[in-house]
Amino acid sequence: MNSPLKTDPNFHEPGRRFFRDFSPGDEFYEALIDAHNGLSDEQSEALNARLILLLANHIGDLRVLREALQAARQTD
Amino acid sequence: MGAYVNPIYPYKSPADLMATPPQRKPLIVIGAGPVGLAVAIDARLRGLDVLVLDDDKTVSVGSRAVCYAKRSLEILGRLGIADQACALGVSWNIGRTFLEEDEVYQFNLVPDAGHKRPGMINLQQYHVEEMLIARALELGADIRWQHKVTAVTPSADHATLTVETPDGCFDIEADWLVVADGARSPVRRHLGLDIEGRVFQDRFLIADVVMKADYPAERWFWFDPPFHPNQSVLLHKQSNNVWRIDFQLGWDADPEEEKKPERVIPRLKAMLGDERPFELEWVSIYTFQCRRMSDFRHGRVLFAGDAAHQVSPFGARGANSGFQDADDLVWKLALVIQGQASEKLLDSYAMDRQFAADENIMNSTRSTDFITPKSRTSKTFRNQVLALAKHHPFARKLVNSGRLSVPSFLTGSVLNTPDADAFAGNMVPGAPMDDAPVQVAGQDAWLLDQVGKGFQVMLFADAQPSPDVLAQLAFCRSAPLCANAPVQVTPLIVTPSPVNIPGIQVIVDVQGLVAKRYDATPGTTYLLRPDQHVLARWRTLDSVRLQAALARALGQFSPQA
Repeated sequence: MNSPLKTDPNFHEPGRRFFRDFSPGDEFYEALIDAHNGLSDEQSEALNARLILLLANHIGDLRVLREALQAARQTD
Repeated sequence: MGAYVNPIYPYKSPADLMATPPQRKPLIVIGAGPVGLAVAIDARLRGLDVLVLDDDKTVSVGSRAVCYAKRSLEILGRLGIADQACALGVSWNIGRTFLEEDEVYQFNLVPDAGHKRPGMINLQQYHVEEMLIARALELGADIRWQHKVTAVTPSADHATLTVETPDGCFDIEADWLVVADGARSPVRRHLGLDIEGRVFQDRFLIADVVMKADYPAERWFWFDPPFHPNQSVLLHKQSNNVWRIDFQLGWDADPEEEKKPERVIPRLKAMLGDERPFELEWVSIYTFQCRRMSDFRHGRVLFAGDAAHQVSPFGARGANSGFQDADDLVWKLALVIQGQASEKLLDSYAMDRQFAADENIMNSTRSTDFITPKSRTSKTFRNQVLALAKHHPFARKLVNSGRLSVPSFLTGSVLNTPDADAFAGNMVPGAPMDDAPVQVAGQDAWLLDQVGKGFQVMLFADAQPSPDVLAQLAFCRSAPLCANAPVQVTPLIVTPSPVNIPGIQVIVDVQGLVAKRYDATPGTTYLLRPDQHVLARWRTLDSVRLQAALARALGQFSPQA
């Protein structure tokens, strides 16, 4: 089955060149953690919820979202 | 305790250095650690007299910097000790990361074959320093032990040093002073120069253990292992059956207590999981900071290595970036001292290496924040990246147990000439050169061993050169290449099969890897820095463009915007 959910490394930025393959992912991760700076745990939880909703709407395709929900649900 | 005995280097009376008024030396280096010694060796190789002052009389106590990256080995190759270091060190390319007991991520530092040097070797710092000292002495560097610099007074065209020795104090002057006196840099403090950045609230225990073990020569990193719950552990193999084990302890750990063998030994036994005999060679507790000086150049005083910048140890970006400082600095210093370039060229040392330091600090800060999350949310994200990594490749790439030292692409260097022609691949202006296997005079050789003594033009030709390429080859033979330049530019021809061009160095690209890695077609021309970086490249060799690029590389660049 052709999976519509991308799970290979996919962080990038048009027009920018990354000489090391880990750099774009690391840059995203840093920005993600920085976005939580100075927030209480409750505020962070709310930020995460807003972030998921924004990204989900951006993706839009329900097939991708269903698959992502399923992958996130898997915990073993 | 342990296997290694530190050598004691003989003290020599400074009678020959004392004078009134003080003697003036062209170049003094403060600090005989890896970086100061690399500067001294390169200075000798580039024809400079050099005096090295060190307040101690031996090499590093304890293994300290143990990971030497491919780029450092290439630099040490140019300096003349890499074969020795590789022979004694433990080569490795594979790193494994574990969560609890399961492997979640694996990396290979050199995924492509065709490089002379391995991705990394592990070797105790004291061994590297011994090799550097022997090499520096062999080349005629003047190294003075137990010479402590207690004051530095900068002037417009020199610096005056006050030096304390067992035979008393004296003053001596240097046209140029390189300060490589380590993270605590007494000279930097004495001059009141700022170094700013971030202190991390965590403590780590390093134990060097002598034991027989058959673990492979790989870097192993654990998040939350059963033998050290909720913290990280790092294992490295060094030479002579010495193993480096690094335990995260947390900020609340008591450094004095944790250093005691009765605390360390049970941790090791829990990790090793058996009764194998081992001996502790060295134990240290450390904390760290990620910070740098705002300017590595202060007139005639140049800072290098840990004195100028510091990072967390995850990524081995300390000593490795220090060697790159030396590599960047010395050719520039030599051109300035020998009157072939203006002092301004040394501003590009500060700019290039500050850029690199920022990249190193950024990478090591990111690794540290991943390894030691600072909030509950950050820890949740970290743990869920690790959980997803079991099934999803993208998450494996996010697992950050240290991004190991690689050289910066100095794409913003003022010395570069931006591309005007189209090229693919990574060998952009400012790139550290990729190595490749070649043949020279019928013998197997490596590309990087053919470059690095001065400015070079690398011209690609085909087996049956077209009239265009023949004309360019003829131009290369019409020595000198840049007639009006104050420096020599040496041509280097790369061909797919042997050709005999009298008077010009020819390398044969037997596997086609040079042409591939440099995206070369017949006529492609690279102008190379003396430290094995790309300055400029074109699809054809053109004398006017070449001269302009060289002028720029000699410091005739416009001030940075």
